[in-house]
Amino acid sequence: MNVSLINDITLPLIFKPLKMSTETKKKTIKLKDVVVKFAGDSGDGMQLSGTQFSDTSAFVGNDLSTFPDYPSEIRAPQGTMAGVSGFQVHIGYKEVKTPGDQADVLVAMNPAALKANMRWVKKGATIIIDIDNFDSRHYKRAGYIEDPLEDDSLDGYNVVKAPISTLNLATTKELGLDSKTAEKTKNQFAVGILYWLLERDLNFGEQFLDEKFASKPLLAKANKLVLRAGYDYAETIEALRSRFMILPTKDRKGKFRNFTGNIAVAWGLMAASERSGRPLFLGSYPITPATEILQELAKRKHLGVKTFQAEDELAGINSAIGASFAGNLAVTTTSGPGLALKSEAIGLAVITELPLVIIDVQRGGPSTGLPTKTEQGDLLQALFGRNGESPTVVIAASTPADCFRYSYMASKIAIEHMTPVILLTDGYLANGSELWKLKKVSSLPRIDPPMVEDYDPDYQPYKRNYKKLNRYWALPGQKGLRHRIGSLEKEDVTGDVSHDPLNHEKMVRLREKKVQRVANYIPEQKVFGEKTGDLLVVGWGGTYGSLLSAVQELQEKGNKISLAQFNYIKPLPKNTREIFKGFKKIVVCELNLGQFALYLRARLPEFELIQYNKIQGLPFMISELKRKFKKILKEVKS
Amino acid sequence: MKTEVPTIIESEPLLSRSDFKLDKPVKWCAGCGDYAVLSSVQNALPEIGAKKENVVFVSGIGCSSRFPYYINTFGFHGLHGRGAAIASGLKIANPDLSVWHITGDGDSMAIGGNHFIHIIRRNIDVNILLFNNKIYGLTKGQFSPTTPKGSKTKSSPDGTIENPFIPGELAMGAGGSFFARVVDTEPKRMKEVFVLAAKHHGTSVVEILQNCVIFNNKIHQEITGKNVRDDNQIYLEHGKPMIFGKERNKGLILKGYRLEVVTIGENGINEDDILVHNASSSDDALHYMLARMTLPEYPVATGVIRDYECCVFEELLFQQINKAKENTSIKTVDDLINSGNVWTI
Repeated sequence: MNVSLINDITLPLIFKPLKMSTETKKKTIKLKDVVVKFAGDSGDGMQLSGTQFSDTSAFVGNDLSTFPDYPSEIRAPQGTMAGVSGFQVHIGYKEVKTPGDQADVLVAMNPAALKANMRWVKKGATIIIDIDNFDSRHYKRAGYIEDPLEDDSLDGYNVVKAPISTLNLATTKELGLDSKTAEKTKNQFAVGILYWLLERDLNFGEQFLDEKFASKPLLAKANKLVLRAGYDYAETIEALRSRFMILPTKDRKGKFRNFTGNIAVAWGLMAASERSGRPLFLGSYPITPATEILQELAKRKHLGVKTFQAEDELAGINSAIGASFAGNLAVTTTSGPGLALKSEAIGLAVITELPLVIIDVQRGGPSTGLPTKTEQGDLLQALFGRNGESPTVVIAASTPADCFRYSYMASKIAIEHMTPVILLTDGYLANGSELWKLKKVSSLPRIDPPMVEDYDPDYQPYKRNYKKLNRYWALPGQKGLRHRIGSLEKEDVTGDVSHDPLNHEKMVRLREKKVQRVANYIPEQKVFGEKTGDLLVVGWGGTYGSLLSAVQELQEKGNKISLAQFNYIKPLPKNTREIFKGFKKIVVCELNLGQFALYLRARLPEFELIQYNKIQGLPFMISELKRKFKKILKEVKS
Repeated sequence: MKTEVPTIIESEPLLSRSDFKLDKPVKWCAGCGDYAVLSSVQNALPEIGAKKENVVFVSGIGCSSRFPYYINTFGFHGLHGRGAAIASGLKIANPDLSVWHITGDGDSMAIGGNHFIHIIRRNIDVNILLFNNKIYGLTKGQFSPTTPKGSKTKSSPDGTIENPFIPGELAMGAGGSFFARVVDTEPKRMKEVFVLAAKHHGTSVVEILQNCVIFNNKIHQEITGKNVRDDNQIYLEHGKPMIFGKERNKGLILKGYRLEVVTIGENGINEDDILVHNASSSDDALHYMLARMTLPEYPVATGVIRDYECCVFEELLFQQINKAKENTSIKTVDDLINSGNVWTI
C-alpha cells in the first residue's frame, strides 16, 4: 500500500487531551473541539461530504458550525486553484460559535486543494490527500513548481497519503458502474477515513446516503461501500495511530436542527406569516448568495407560500409591493447589486407606507465583486441608498440560526409599523450552518397587523396610530374602503396628492419619526461581559461568532473587555449611548472600510471610535482580532 | 378622502358609471384624449361583473398613469415602468380582484418594456390599457419608442433615427392571449372592447390610440379623422368578414404569406373571398399580420384582434398550492420545524 508516515503525529495546540484511552489497539484522544476541512474540485462532492459529516456530528450530540467556501464558477477546469471547493466544519463539546479559524484535519483531493488551503491549516494538522492525484500533471495545474510532497513545505504535518481514487475504483468495480459514476463516490472514501478518525458511527453516514440517493439505490449502495472501505482503510494503516473523540455536548439540552442562514431566513418568514395571519408572498430574482431563500420557499407551497421568480430585481420588489397592497406579508430577497436595483422601489414602499421585508444577503462588492464571498459592504446602501429622505428600518442577523429570529422580527416590524424593513445577512451566514434549538411558533412574539374593518367610517388612508405613527392597512376587496395611494407626495391624513411645501416637510418628518419610534419596540442592546471596562468591542451582524470568541478568550485572561454586537441598526437601541459611556476605548470591527463607524459617529459624535476593518471576502479570524484587541488594551493601560 | 357609507349590504346592488366617479378634479390638459378613455372605462366597469370593491387600478408614471387618482376604485400609482410588476404581485396575492394596469408608450414600451413582455408571457389576468400618443407628454415632448421614424421632437431636432415599436407585435411576440386596438375618438367601441378585455381570462392588452393635444396633436388624425376613418381603419369583430371602407366594399384576403387589400366586385372578388376574423384561434400568425398593418398600404386594424383563452398564471399557481396542501402531512410551520433531521441532545 502506498502509505507512508512523514512524521510522528504532532498534535496541534487545540488538541488538548482530556483523557487517554488505551482500550483499543489504536489510541483514542478526547478533544474539546476539532475543525475539519474538506477540499477538492467543484464537483468532487465536498459540500455533500461536509454536510454528511456535520449531520452525523449533530446526531451524536456535538455542537457545530459549518462554512462552505466555493468558487463562483460552477465547474472551473479540474485540478486548478479556481476550481477548489471547500467545506469547513467545526465540531465541539462546548458551544461552537464559528466554523474555526484554521483546520485540524484537511482532506485535499488534489494538489490545488492542498495549495489553496495550506494557509488555513494549523501547524501539525493531519492532512489526508488522494495520492493518486499527486503527479506532475496535477502539480503543474495547481501551480506548484516542485512536488510539495518532496520539498519541506509539509514538514511538521501528519500527512496521510491515501490512494483514494484507486481504492474507490477497486471497491465499486463489482457494481459495474461506468467510470464517470464511479469517480463520483470517491469523496466517501475520505469521509470514511474521517468517520474512523473521529469515532463517528458509520450507520449515521449510511443513513444520510440512503436519504440522499433515495431514488438511486445503486448509487446509494456504491457510496456506502466506499464509505466503509475508507473506514476500514483508516483502521489498518500505520499513518493513523490515534483517533480523536469529541464528547457529546453537556450544557445544551433539547431538540436541535442544523440550519443554514438562508434556510433559517425562509423559515422565519413562514413563521411570521402564520403568526400574523398574512399570507406569504416572495418576489425575487436569483442572485448569489441569496438564491436558496427563493428555492426553499418555492418548495413550501404546502404551507400556502407564493413565490414569484420575477424577470428582474425590479419586478421582484415591485411585485412584492403589489402583494403588500393586497395584504400579503411581502418579501423580496437579493444581494448587493440587486439591492442597488431595488432602491427606487424601496422609496415607493416608504412613501406608500406599506409593509415590505427586503433581505440583502451581502457579498463582496462593488459591482459584481466577489459573488461567493462575504462582506459587510452594503450597510450604507441599506441606510441611505435612495433618493429623497427615505427612511427604512435596518436590522442585521448575527448567526446562521438567528437568521430565523431576525427574518421573523423584520416581518413583525414591517407589518406593525407599516414600513419597509431591510434585513442584512451575508454570504457567511447564508451558507454557514449551526444548530438551532427548535421553537414553537406560538412562543414567538405576537404580530398584530393594523387592519381596518369593512366600512370603517373613520378610515382615512394616512390617518395614523398616535403611538407608532403607522397608517392602517385597508385592502383592495374590502367593502367601503376604496382609496388611492401612490408614489407622489401625500397629504397628511387624507393621502391625497399634495405639493404643499409645509405638508411635504411634515410628511418627511413623520416618516422619519415613525421609523425612529421603532426603537420603543425593540430590545435594549445587550453587552457580553461587564457593563464597564477598558475596551468595548462593537460589531454588527455576521461577525458575532468571531468577535465573541475573541472577546471571551481575552476575558478569560482577565482583561476588561466586552462586546456589543448590534442587530438593530436603524433605529439604534435606546441604550446605545449609555453602553458606550462605560468604556475607556471603543473599537468598531467590520468587514468593510468602516460604514457602521461612520454611522455611529454621526449618531453619537461625542465618542472617539477606533476602527478595525478587513475587506478580503473572508470572515474575521479570532487570532487577528485578539492581536488587535490586545494592542488596544495595552495602550489603555500605558 | 371621503369614506363610503353602505346603503345596501345584503344583496349586491347593480352598478352604474356614477359608482366609479370620483368627486375630485381631473388634471389632464383640456382636450386630452385621456378624458374620453376615463369616461369609457367608467361606462365599462358596471358591465364586467366585478364588485366595485374588487376593482383596482394600478399605473406607472406618465400623464395616463395619473388615471387611478381620477376613478373611484382602489388605486395604486406606482413607479415609471413598474406598473405591470406591481399589478402582477397584486393579482397573484388576491386573484379575486379585477386588476387594471394603466400605462403609456414611454412607461411600457421603454422603461417598463421588460415587465410588459413578461406579464404577457406569464398570462396573468390583468387588463392593460396602453395609452399610445407616440410622445413623452409629462416631460414635455420628447420622442417615445412608438414615435414614427423621422419625427422632429424636442429631443430629436433633426428627426428620429429609431425604428418604432408596434405594441401589438410585442404583445404577440410575447405570446399574448388578448390584443385589441381602439381609438380615443370612439367611446362606444372603447367601452365594448374594455368589457371584452375584462372578460378575457389572462393578460389583455388594449392599445388606445390617444391624442396628446399639446405635444403631438393630431398624431392619429389619419386613422381617426371623420373623413378618412372608414377607409383607413378596419374594425375587427370575431366571426365577421374583414370588410371596411366608406362604401363597405373593401376587404382583406390572404395572398401567399401576405395580407392584401381588395375591392369587392373588382377582379372577380366577391364577399365570400374575404377573410373571416377568428380572434380566438390559437395560431397567432394572422393576428400578428393584422396588428402590424400600417397606412398607406393597409387600413389600421382596430377592435379585438386576438382573444385566445389559455392557461392563466395565478390559476396554475393556486392549483399547485392546493395540490401541495392536499399531499402533505406538514400542515403548519411547527410541523415543518419538527420534520426531517431533528436531534435531541
